[in-house]
Amino acid sequence: MNIMRQQRLLGIFGVAIAILSITRTFTHNPDLTSAVTVSQALGFAVPIGLAGLAGIWSERAGVVNIGLEGMMILGTFGAGWAGYQWGAWAGLLAGIVMGAFGGLLLAIASVTFGVDQIIAGTAVNLLATGLTKFLAILLFTDVVGGGQAQSPPIKGTLPSFTIEAISSPLIALHAKDIFIVSDVAGVVAGLFFHLSILTVITVALFVFTAWLLWKTRFGLRLRSAGENPWAADSLGVNVNRYKYMAVTFSGLLAGLGGAYLAIAATIYRNGQTAGRGFIGLATMIFGNWRPGGTGAGAIMFGYIDTLRLIDSDNKNVRGLILLGALVLFVIAAAMIRTSRRATGIGFLLLGGVMIGGFMAASNFPPEVAQVAPYITTLLVLATASQNLRPPAADGVPFRKGEGH
Amino acid sequence: MNFRRFGISLIAPLLGVVISVAVTSVILVAINANVGDVFSSMIRYGTSPRAMTLILNLATTYFLSALAVAIGFKMNLFNIGVNGQYVLGAVAAGAVAGALTLPKIPSVIITILVAMVVGAAWAGIAAWLKVARGVSEVISTIMLNFIAIAIISYVIVRTSVGHETSLNVRGTKEIAESGMLRGLALLDEGTKIYGFFFISIFIGIAYWFILNRTRFGYDLRATGHSASAARTSGIDARRMTVVTMLLSGAIAGLVGLPYLLGEAASYNLNFPTDWGFTGIAIALLGRNNPVGIAVGALLWAFLDVASGQLILEGIPREITTIMQGLIVIVVVISYEIVRRRQLTTEQTRVAKALEAQGVSA
Repeated sequence: MNIMRQQRLLGIFGVAIAILSITRTFTHNPDLTSAVTVSQALGFAVPIGLAGLAGIWSERAGVVNIGLEGMMILGTFGAGWAGYQWGAWAGLLAGIVMGAFGGLLLAIASVTFGVDQIIAGTAVNLLATGLTKFLAILLFTDVVGGGQAQSPPIKGTLPSFTIEAISSPLIALHAKDIFIVSDVAGVVAGLFFHLSILTVITVALFVFTAWLLWKTRFGLRLRSAGENPWAADSLGVNVNRYKYMAVTFSGLLAGLGGAYLAIAATIYRNGQTAGRGFIGLATMIFGNWRPGGTGAGAIMFGYIDTLRLIDSDNKNVRGLILLGALVLFVIAAAMIRTSRRATGIGFLLLGGVMIGGFMAASNFPPEVAQVAPYITTLLVLATASQNLRPPAADGVPFRKGEGH
Repeated sequence: MNFRRFGISLIAPLLGVVISVAVTSVILVAINANVGDVFSSMIRYGTSPRAMTLILNLATTYFLSALAVAIGFKMNLFNIGVNGQYVLGAVAAGAVAGALTLPKIPSVIITILVAMVVGAAWAGIAAWLKVARGVSEVISTIMLNFIAIAIISYVIVRTSVGHETSLNVRGTKEIAESGMLRGLALLDEGTKIYGFFFISIFIGIAYWFILNRTRFGYDLRATGHSASAARTSGIDARRMTVVTMLLSGAIAGLVGLPYLLGEAASYNLNFPTDWGFTGIAIALLGRNNPVGIAVGALLWAFLDVASGQLILEGIPREITTIMQGLIVIVVVISYEIVRRRQLTTEQTRVAKALEAQGVSA
């Protein structure tokens, strides 16, 4: 990593901490940067991030993957079915296999038969929903603890770690309410507090993907299938084989994300994914089809989700509004400096409206936090489309021997 | 009518039904069910007057949803947002109709207009994002669906639009009998065919007429076939995108009304929210043709309604969801194969004709 990029990343991290700290101080809400919040946000970020990473794999090879949701659903089911019989690790494995099966299905329809990818993805979603509901009734109804729409409890959980030596003193420091210092302490403590093994695996998968797709010959070929499959083909790359591998692995990752959801809830339930496959898709776009940005987006969306769900005294959503406004101000300042004045002023105004709302009301409905990821994605798409660069042949069917 | 083409377009759906019945039979055998009993009981129940009425009613909903999707498909626009457009349309329509105390005709007309305007406005956001900011409508409509669901839960749970309804869930105020379109009991004495069934036939005809007999329809189909060719011939592609998306949204706004005005009388939190995805599937089955869509909607509704009978055979009714998914996958794959086959035949034919005239390729 070059030095300029390192400095930029540090800068972004610093600004983020400062904004969090200001918001915490203003709203008198230590929850915003507590170890528990950060730890939970990481947990929520895992399935979203895995779905986003799944999207990267598929779309980098030129296959738009609307079927992520269905593949996650298959993953939750696999985890429930194998998990209640043979434990969490078996559940994880079954979820991966089921998800990969969903990916394979999308590959067969869209690569071999050339069906429009969005249509094929929609069909995968339909089929996954129907199949899992059907199998749930068939396989779980008559088992003790199971029901028509849910599996019996999954045996055991995946290991998670707490490194007391690091987290305890930091949690104590967080409680002291010192500007910036306490917030850094809270965030760092969160990293060593109930850290699930799957969070570690997910981070490793992100690093692995970044390396494999951008630093190896295999990755170059895979991405060439998504940028210009005709050129790749003319150079002897077996485009369809790469697409198959990418989409199947995409399904595997989505299945892993689904399996995590079921194992974390210690049970499979119909509708458990609740649209996370689609949030994953949004995260991938937010992250500009790259692992780093996608991971950051997943953590952000996971953080928003956490604050909404642990909001015991209706303070968190209000904090989020101030937080969002400050973020908008920072982006607006950067935009006005780089002479994208109109958009910058737009963001400034939007931030102003949010500050106004923050002053006027003492609490906000949770729905505000619920829609935040979707509105963020729309805002990013609407204002940064010239900075976003999806793979050039994303969604374009490729037939060997046919031009374009 | 070109009979050869007509025959070919029938192959795919028939193949879809045959293969899905075959696969379903295998599943049924695997779970030790009597295949013959299952299908015959579905058909026996599905052809009873009461079930047929229920099928027509459900098919009305599916038909509208598929039309909304199809009009976008005709122009290569993917309106995945029918879900969001119809739930918002239905809530607004339900709230307005619940507040009205007018005679039936003006009340129903206002309700329909409200639903269409709200549906179109919600689709309009996606249209604007696409035209002005270059945002793919696939992604924006997915996001807008989730936003719509959140808006609805907010409006119904936390504002005065929501009331405790007689069903013990919160919903919009119940619509007075004068605002309802309960329809006619033509087939079965106890169950009425929704009033919207008849309106949707009219909408289907209007869809066909606009697409095939007007300048706008011609422009729309031309843009769908080749955007660059259409632009060269002077069609304003951006305007077409906006108008098509608004029309699609307006039809989508109606999707909830057959059920709302025919039966529910209130948009409550149990109102189905996924009819939009069904519409995508049926638009694909029907190849965006109104008659094809009607047949697809009836087939889908038949499977949904007749599956209720399966519980008596001790079989999960979701088996029909699997059938529906299989039908869609097989049908889109066979359409694609047929299209390619036609393309190759066409190329061979042209090559032969050229050869006969002594022109070398």
